[in-house]
Amino acid sequence: MLEPDILRDEEITMLLNDVATIYGYDFRQYSRASLKRRLNRICLVDRFSSFAELRYRVVNDASYLQHFIEEITVNVTEMFRDPSFYKVLRQEVMPRLGTYPLIRIWIAGCSTGEEAYSIAILLKEANLYHKSLMYATDINPTVLEKAATGIFPLNQMKAYSENYIRSGGNNDFSTYYVTGYDYAKFDSALSERMIFSTHNLVSDTSFNEFQLILCRNVLIYFDKDLQERVFKVFDESLHNLGYLGLGTKETLRFSTIESNYRQVGDEKIWRKH
Amino acid sequence: MKKSGESISGMSNGTKVVVIGGSAGSIHVLIEVLPYLEPDSLWTVVIVLHRKAHPESTLGMLLNAYCKVPVLEVVDKMPLEKGKVYLAPADYHLLFEKDGCMSLDVSEKVNFSRPSIDVAFYSAAQVFGDNAIGLLLSGANSDGVEGLAHIAQYGGTICVQDPATAEVDFMPRQALNKLKVEHVLAPKDIAHYINKLNDK
Repeated sequence: MLEPDILRDEEITMLLNDVATIYGYDFRQYSRASLKRRLNRICLVDRFSSFAELRYRVVNDASYLQHFIEEITVNVTEMFRDPSFYKVLRQEVMPRLGTYPLIRIWIAGCSTGEEAYSIAILLKEANLYHKSLMYATDINPTVLEKAATGIFPLNQMKAYSENYIRSGGNNDFSTYYVTGYDYAKFDSALSERMIFSTHNLVSDTSFNEFQLILCRNVLIYFDKDLQERVFKVFDESLHNLGYLGLGTKETLRFSTIESNYRQVGDEKIWRKH
Repeated sequence: MKKSGESISGMSNGTKVVVIGGSAGSIHVLIEVLPYLEPDSLWTVVIVLHRKAHPESTLGMLLNAYCKVPVLEVVDKMPLEKGKVYLAPADYHLLFEKDGCMSLDVSEKVNFSRPSIDVAFYSAAQVFGDNAIGLLLSGANSDGVEGLAHIAQYGGTICVQDPATAEVDFMPRQALNKLKVEHVLAPKDIAHYINKLNDK
């Protein structure tokens, strides 16, 4: 269903200023068209019939903030999304990561964790899992709690299994999870080397050095200036010869850090040099 | 009530943005229309089609082969330029920004579709106002009708493919039943209609 048309642009600016000032979450550099849809959608979901009602709730009810963040950020993700991307990770990137004694991977904007578990499966199959650490971060603590459980809807498993096979996986995908009534719970051996933590790409800085950073379909929600800021954080966080993986319609091409990177084949994977 | 869209930088004032939405049976129409679009024109065309979510899709290349004007598959934050044809990528919603670029979005499907025609029409209405033109082609889904209504509400122009010429007439017929459509166009007349926008 299409969201209603309730909020005006200047009202959105006002609300975002409030949220930044009161709570320290700054959405002012998010892509405005998409954010406007999310904010109009929250009016529908939480039954605000005017800007004033929405603003009153956001400003006066601190307990509403987490829900607000959860609703205005997009948390649509899947396992092995874009199998050809994972195929290149599997065939070209994993063998090179294997040369390091300790592999650090950052999944930035991991949402409910589907990509983190996909990477964990690649690491297992490359026999690198035991010497890897995966940092899965998101702005939103609620999705991180979900990610940590490793529980995903059962009705997605057929699609994920097909993606897995197309990414070059040779195992029976169902060996990685046990099923319940309508869910699949992934093997806890896949999450034991995952560290879940909140991190806000808008305001937080680099926190470690990594050989691989994945940030897929996150930057599309940011304007160009914010994208540039995030690219700089990634650049500071990447080991020399480390890899950066983006979503299929995202690019490093217009960024100032691009000259330090070389694209790996046709996929949205860049290697620092 | 008419609402006015706000003007944007990056394109000259008055550039008409034609957003074409289509589903089943609309690729043939595009192949019939695009070769006749004149180069160096003042309009911009953005195509939003329901299609399979394959990132390796060759539709952009296919359409390019038929076209005298460049056909570009949209990547995030690509600027809109006049005289060019843009194609929404599979599995992303397409949105317009006030600074004249396009954003992509992987949020929930709308009308079981991503890209959703409604989402693109809706966004075009808000950003381009009376410079937005929505054209709905053949299809079996009702995606696009609500978006067309939005374009009309913001002062834009709404058109549909003549249902008599559509492989699947449900989509344009829905629009005709529910809305006051300004132009009902056969495929052979669509390119002429778009080219004529140069004169206005």
